[in-house]
Amino acid sequence: MKLRYLEERMFKILIGISVSLVTVPLLIIIGTVLLKGGKVLVDNPGVLITPPGSRYLITGEGGFLHAVLGSLYLVIPATLIASLMGFGIALFLQSDYTSQRISGSIRTCLDVLWGTPSIVYGVFVLTILIFINQRGCLLAGISALTLLELPIITRYADEAIRAVPKELKDACYSIGTTRYEASKVVGRYALPGIIAGVLIGMGRGIGDAASVIFTSGVSSVMPGGLFDSVTAMPILIFQQASSCYPTVRGHAYAAAFTLILIVGILNFLSRFLVRKLSKYVPGGK
Amino acid sequence: MSEAEVGIKIINLNITYGGHKELGGNKRIIALKNINLDIPGNKLTAIIGPSGCGKSTLLKTLNRLLETRDNVGIEGKVYIGGEDIYHAERRVPELREKVGLVDQKPYPLPASIYGNVAYGPRIHRNLKGEELDDIVESCLKRVHLWKEVKDRLNQPAAGLSIGQQQRLCLARALAVEPEVILCDEVTSALDPVSSEKVEDLLMSLKKNYTVVMVSHVLRQAKRLADYVVFLYLGEVIETGDAEKFFSEPSHELSRKYIKGVMAGV
Repeated sequence: MKLRYLEERMFKILIGISVSLVTVPLLIIIGTVLLKGGKVLVDNPGVLITPPGSRYLITGEGGFLHAVLGSLYLVIPATLIASLMGFGIALFLQSDYTSQRISGSIRTCLDVLWGTPSIVYGVFVLTILIFINQRGCLLAGISALTLLELPIITRYADEAIRAVPKELKDACYSIGTTRYEASKVVGRYALPGIIAGVLIGMGRGIGDAASVIFTSGVSSVMPGGLFDSVTAMPILIFQQASSCYPTVRGHAYAAAFTLILIVGILNFLSRFLVRKLSKYVPGGK
Repeated sequence: MSEAEVGIKIINLNITYGGHKELGGNKRIIALKNINLDIPGNKLTAIIGPSGCGKSTLLKTLNRLLETRDNVGIEGKVYIGGEDIYHAERRVPELREKVGLVDQKPYPLPASIYGNVAYGPRIHRNLKGEELDDIVESCLKRVHLWKEVKDRLNQPAAGLSIGQQQRLCLARALAVEPEVILCDEVTSALDPVSSEKVEDLLMSLKKNYTVVMVSHVLRQAKRLADYVVFLYLGEVIETGDAEKFFSEPSHELSRKYIKGVMAGV
């Protein structure tokens, strides 16, 4: 066989190996969670909607509604704030608002922040908490998650807006739009890309334990107000999975299942929304 | 040309680009050098010249679109209808309302066909309802698009053919009710039938508007233009009535360009 065909063959095998190395463990994880977690939820669907009993982590009495709500209370406001700010920053980074030299350095900073371990954000917010003499609370957790999601959403929105043809912006300006009006048109055009970024940012936020554990504390009661401590699903899963009681360990699967389900639902909802909103964007359907 | 006939007056205009790494670090590139130009009002003026001579740059200084680019230096004065458009207190959106631009390739807004034409009147004059419907209809009729789209006004504009999109973009520009219309090689992306339609339209527009078009199709410029500006390497070489320019150009470079013997034409 000729060398180039052999090369082609080898390359194909390599691609196959890489794909299976990633997908097989992924499928095992998802499968296990769905099967084991699903079983717990089918046997006892109440765990999802029942507040925890006073000795939940020992006996598994009650359910883990506190963490489900805690996660939602943490992640939804954080994602909303980060999306609004991220969209603004992404617009600012474009050539009509700032020189490309400055935006280049901001982009580098954002890329570095993107790769920063989330515990760093947690400690940062914790430092502020100590400084103002405040205990860990929902608000602090939201702040930490916002910081965590911001660089991700911003960079995605930035790239999506940068990919909008320059001529479209010119077309808007030529009609006599203000920069804000032009940005709205551009934003609508870039919407699918921006939403993708929001989803990825949110996925990162909802699955993150490190930034929450330092800032929101760990609570095993239902979430109260903005200044009460809450817990999030990943923290709960950690607690459940390290429990020595089999019932509680079983609940870890159910919690993981719920987490996947929440992400799935939010994903589906936003895709539906994008389809509605980008009816007129070429290739948006 | 007497002062009254002048629609656009350009005095000592210098444009430089620069600072980009790929353009050689901090060295600035001169795009337009010392342009002094009178463009007649209510006539069709064609800016011609070889590629890269600064035609589009000149056109885009007239509605201040050039300054949205990064790192562009603009010096000099431009008067449209006697008004200094680069005056510090001039609101740019208001200027662009008066000076419409249609680009080389059509870029419909991400909206319906109706929404594209209605966008300008909506933002500038806050029009709604029937009044807006009338404007949309009359503008689409003027660009000869109404018959083709009247049953699908609410469909995405991106679904039209390129030729239709270009006429839609013209309708969108007309709906704002500008005084000056700038056209940057508007027919270059179109098939012959569509370009003919657009050319007819430009001919009809020049009665009521000051039309400035960039073209690198000499025959087109000859067919349409009343007045010609010939640019070469960022400088104005010759200006004058189209008829005279094409029959007996006074400058050696113009002669060469018209004959098509200039390198890079």
